[in-house]
Amino acid sequence: MMLLSVDISMVLEKLLLIVVVISASLVIAMYTTFAERKVAAILQDRRGPNRAGPFGLLQPLADGLKLFFKEEIIPAFSSKFLFILGPALAMLTAMMTSAVIPWGGTIELFGRKIDLQIADVNIGVLYVFGVVSLGVYGIMIGSWASNNKFSLLGGLRAASQIISYELAMGISMIALLMVTGTLSLKEMVDLQQASYWNIVYQPLGFLIFLICAFAECNRTPFDLPEAENELIGGYHTEYSSMKLGFFLFSEYINMFISSVIMSTLYFGGYDIPFINEAAMFSPNVVAIIGIAALMAKTSFFIFVFMWVRWTIPRFRYDQLMYLGWRILIPLALFNMLATGGAVLYFK
Amino acid sequence: MQPLTNKIKQVDRKPMTFMEKLYLPAIFKGMTITFSHIFKKKPTINYPEKQRPFSPVFRGLQILNRDEEGRENCTACGLCAVACPAEAITMEAAERQQGEEHLYKEEKYAAKYEINMLRCIFCGLCEEACPKDAIYLSETFTPADYQRKQFIYSKDDLLIPHPKENPDAYQKALGNRPQKVSEN
Repeated sequence: MMLLSVDISMVLEKLLLIVVVISASLVIAMYTTFAERKVAAILQDRRGPNRAGPFGLLQPLADGLKLFFKEEIIPAFSSKFLFILGPALAMLTAMMTSAVIPWGGTIELFGRKIDLQIADVNIGVLYVFGVVSLGVYGIMIGSWASNNKFSLLGGLRAASQIISYELAMGISMIALLMVTGTLSLKEMVDLQQASYWNIVYQPLGFLIFLICAFAECNRTPFDLPEAENELIGGYHTEYSSMKLGFFLFSEYINMFISSVIMSTLYFGGYDIPFINEAAMFSPNVVAIIGIAALMAKTSFFIFVFMWVRWTIPRFRYDQLMYLGWRILIPLALFNMLATGGAVLYFK
Repeated sequence: MQPLTNKIKQVDRKPMTFMEKLYLPAIFKGMTITFSHIFKKKPTINYPEKQRPFSPVFRGLQILNRDEEGRENCTACGLCAVACPAEAITMEAAERQQGEEHLYKEEKYAAKYEINMLRCIFCGLCEEACPKDAIYLSETFTPADYQRKQFIYSKDDLLIPHPKENPDAYQKALGNRPQKVSEN
């Protein structure tokens, strides 16, 4: 029974990593809400939250505390189990994606080599796609269970939007897979470290991926599921207290995770461009620099998410569908064919 | 129909060109515009820490004046109440008793003097009406409060600090507005 003999220290190491990654992504999501308000303010010549703590840094804590102390309202005509399941599922799927992301290289502690990745699955990309697609169930179930027409409309929009854009995203992904020839995120980063970043080979694919990521995260210009001025609050109209908090929070975690995935897939993950850091420092330092590099790229993408949100208005629903089915999918298909041709030609 | 202004601009309803249909150039243009706003000066003033400078003619919260020895100027003549268009001022007069000469400048004084700050429109007519230089509008404004009755300011709230007992606060309350030159 060698198959079941479990290395205890390995289990401990992975557990520790899970705790660190989950809490880190929660804290980052928390401060992303703060950053969102600050960025919005700065782009609009305002100051933003600056009252709670120095520079307003305690604002997310105050917001979270407020959400905890708000009255918990479950509408009488809702189906209670599903109503609670909705935000829980949204949060769960948002957190699950982080499992396959390589956060850094390898560090050596107590004579053990520890990979900074919870699970190096050889189908990492597929796992990410699967979990991201599950994310829409949280929204759909929550909106259905609310028994409210605005919620239902928001949920419907979310479902159709995510399904439409997932196709283009998947096809743009296939082109990338043809270039790299692997589904493991770790191997992708290694390949990018060895040669150029994937953005060099796949600029069009990245553009499609970026647009679809906006749609998947329900961010402006694709924030139709929660379009405040048409649907009150969209799918979370009936939600209050921490259940609302979970929905809002999962959006920010999704944003964080998709920024990480974009930097991992197209911008070399934890690779630092133009310098060979492995030759200069000890492995542990390299790993830490790598994490910092990944975080820097991620922060940039999060900023782009916000920057776009505070620049352009929302699409109309038919425009959204037109863009998804008539422009992005053909474009992604073209990109896939062109990449396939190029790969064949150069090999 | 004749247009009222020359600002009328005909809306362009031509179908979008290919470049416009791409959306992206327009989006990038918009993004550069929003990005440039990062470096713009913010017009907001951090209010409680920093205050906007008032002009010398700013009309704020009323203050009841004292003379140099700290005696109240007001004689409860009622001219301010008559002048007040918002009918915010009420007062009750009383006669100065023996031994109160250090408190009140003249034989008659205001035993009760109230201004309803929710009615006051800060027009400054009370200041203009006053023959005794007893009331003027200061450089502060009425602070917010939780209850209506707390906006009825009594003499305790309105009187300027005593110039002898509390000279610093007195100078501060005088502010740096040009002092009214009395005619007599």
